[in-house]
Amino acid sequence: MQKSLHLDPNKCTGCLQCEMACAWENHRSFTIAKSRIKVFTFHEPGRFVPYTCTQCDEAWCMMACPTDAIRLDPVTGAKVVLEPSCVGCKVCTIACPFGTINYVSDTGKVQKCDLCVGASGPACEKACPTGAITYVDADWTGLDKMRQWAGKTDTNPATV
Amino acid sequence: MAWTKQVLRVNLTAGTCVAEPLNMDWAKDYLGQRGLATKYLVNEIDPKVDPLADGNKLIFVTGPLTGTMAATGGRYSVVTKGPLTNAIACSNSGGFFGAELKFAGWDMVIFEGTSPKPVYLLINDGTAELVDAAHLWGKTVWETEEVIKKQHQDPQIRVASIGRAGENKVLFAGIVNDLHRAAGRSGVGAVMGSKNLKAVAVRGTLTSAYQIANPEAFFTAVDAGKKVLAGNGVTGVGLPTYGTQVLMNVINELGALPTRNHKDTQFESANSIGGEAMHEKRETDGKANLVTNGACFGCTIACGRISRMDPGHFSVKDKPQYHGASGGLEYEAAWALGAANGVKDLEALTYANFLCNEDGYDPISFGATVGAAMELYELGILTEAEVGLKLTWGSAEALVTLAEWTAKGEGFGVAIGQGSKRLCAKYGRPELSMSVKGQEFPAYDGRALQGMGLAYATSNRGACHLRGYMVSPEVLGIPVKMEPQATEGKPAMLKAFQDLTAVVDSSGLCLFTTFAWGLQDIQPQIQAACEGDWSDDRLLLIGERIWNMEREFNLAAGITGKDDTLPPRLLNEPANSGPQKGAVARLDIMMPEYYQVRGWSADGVPTDATRTRLGL
Repeated sequence: MQKSLHLDPNKCTGCLQCEMACAWENHRSFTIAKSRIKVFTFHEPGRFVPYTCTQCDEAWCMMACPTDAIRLDPVTGAKVVLEPSCVGCKVCTIACPFGTINYVSDTGKVQKCDLCVGASGPACEKACPTGAITYVDADWTGLDKMRQWAGKTDTNPATV
Repeated sequence: MAWTKQVLRVNLTAGTCVAEPLNMDWAKDYLGQRGLATKYLVNEIDPKVDPLADGNKLIFVTGPLTGTMAATGGRYSVVTKGPLTNAIACSNSGGFFGAELKFAGWDMVIFEGTSPKPVYLLINDGTAELVDAAHLWGKTVWETEEVIKKQHQDPQIRVASIGRAGENKVLFAGIVNDLHRAAGRSGVGAVMGSKNLKAVAVRGTLTSAYQIANPEAFFTAVDAGKKVLAGNGVTGVGLPTYGTQVLMNVINELGALPTRNHKDTQFESANSIGGEAMHEKRETDGKANLVTNGACFGCTIACGRISRMDPGHFSVKDKPQYHGASGGLEYEAAWALGAANGVKDLEALTYANFLCNEDGYDPISFGATVGAAMELYELGILTEAEVGLKLTWGSAEALVTLAEWTAKGEGFGVAIGQGSKRLCAKYGRPELSMSVKGQEFPAYDGRALQGMGLAYATSNRGACHLRGYMVSPEVLGIPVKMEPQATEGKPAMLKAFQDLTAVVDSSGLCLFTTFAWGLQDIQPQIQAACEGDWSDDRLLLIGERIWNMEREFNLAAGITGKDDTLPPRLLNEPANSGPQKGAVARLDIMMPEYYQVRGWSADGVPTDATRTRLGL
């Protein structure tokens, strides 16, 4: 079974533990500038929204890459950047409709969320203190929302 | 090493920014943040310097756990000599600025001298430059942050700045980062304004500026700490749900909520301005004041309040810029803007709080000074003609107008901006200033809670709840329950709290963790992050050393044991209602014992033996 990162803005407090966990996992540093997941603060409406790569099935970054440096990990479904092959041309950063693959000037390569390939699950999910980031059945990311609506379903209106 | 070991020294007079190595011998003796910057300050300035003069310095400082995954590891402090108190000033802030400074590779930034014209400091990792701020002078904190980010085309810059209050040298002006997180107390923003320094803007992207000494042990300790916070009733439920406002009704019911300039100890409308009220849907627009809770950097508690006002409220009716969500009321602000003046209009308090954030001034000292002004008015000493307003108890209109005037430096707001001590002295009634060493009390009555009274009287930065939070034992039973009116054992307990607090304030962690954490939770995190041996004993000795160092600075500045006192109202006028009715502050019993447990002489001076023991 493949799994997906499931992000719930309503539970996010904007603490950035996920960003630090990501930076640590990939750069052995807490510097959030290196994180592959970002939490956005929308000040006016008072919302915190975590955002990262959704691992497109037909991944535009993968298709755009001229050096074949982005590969599918068949186990997790993640699109993974192969650093030795990446030449830092940044075409993928243009191709991605969501902005979730980005250049890292320190390394001269791009980086994106790879669901912490090789580890026992994404670091951001483990670090999230509020359950805003979960790692769930890729085919059932809507389950929680369905459950919420199901709970509101009235099967016998006559008795109300 | 969890320190970057780099200090940025900015000479504003000469316009230079120079890197220098951190004094690691001092880091070992003072840890970081509050302790370490205070060591630098006392070593570098004349304790008798006028706080707003060229010779004062202003230090922004992080701790070894700032910018780490330790829960709440995002704090920074601003250390200087404070203009409100003429004592050591150290104001602590959360938000995201502190971690960014660390990511840029700096433990500390020391500002000295005075810029000939308004400037801001721009830090991009290892490079720092002073940039002309002519276009920012006269702007609010909110505008300043927006302009700097746009100007540099970088929305990820973090900014700490002063608003017009700091520019106008309001004596309780603060420094605000991330729009509504503040190094709020003691007038650190006025010092920044006196130096013509508008803002510090930082972008930090370095991955190897500092290291965790033992990552495996660090994550073990950090994960354990997070579990303790999540499982604790205060940090796991109370604070995320109600913020610090969880205290309003608790403290009021205990008869410890100072009301109307401490004339009363209970506020009949506390329920209208507390945490529960912020959750209730308004009759006017059907929406609650509270939108959500928000966290500072790395914080797994998330006590911050994000509020949205009723757009139809009289204070913001034609001001759409206040209709969006922003930093809402914390307990201290709600008390000072509300109970301290008898104002029960939650929306008016929220608006005044927005203004405190927007123009950078301390809602505690502001609200308490308005309370003093209202008492002067009710006594007929201040008149409507002089103030330009009716200052009757409970007037929300008066509160919001004075907040606007104080922000802009207009009208009677100028007098309010000098704080209650100077205001009351000006009108011949110095005893009506509810302050210690010039700084106004926070939201706990020093008669009703004997330990808090002693904490206020002995705090090194004037009246303050964050230097020894005796509310923990006296109200919450942490770590042991002590009766509010008891005096026995309070001096020793206060000393323990003061020393531990100095450690937490020097680590990069938030003091609010100590609702759940003891030293046994904090020590392993420091031990794993920092090289060397950081035992409980060593940390507590560091805390005690910091406390005494601050004390010695204040003594050298001309403050004496005679200043370790409370206003006559708290010493002589009994609490007039509630469970603590009849209480007066018993400093007469506690102070000699406090000096003794501190190892100080009968007039409050650290003895030679104490100095030697602490290595001072």
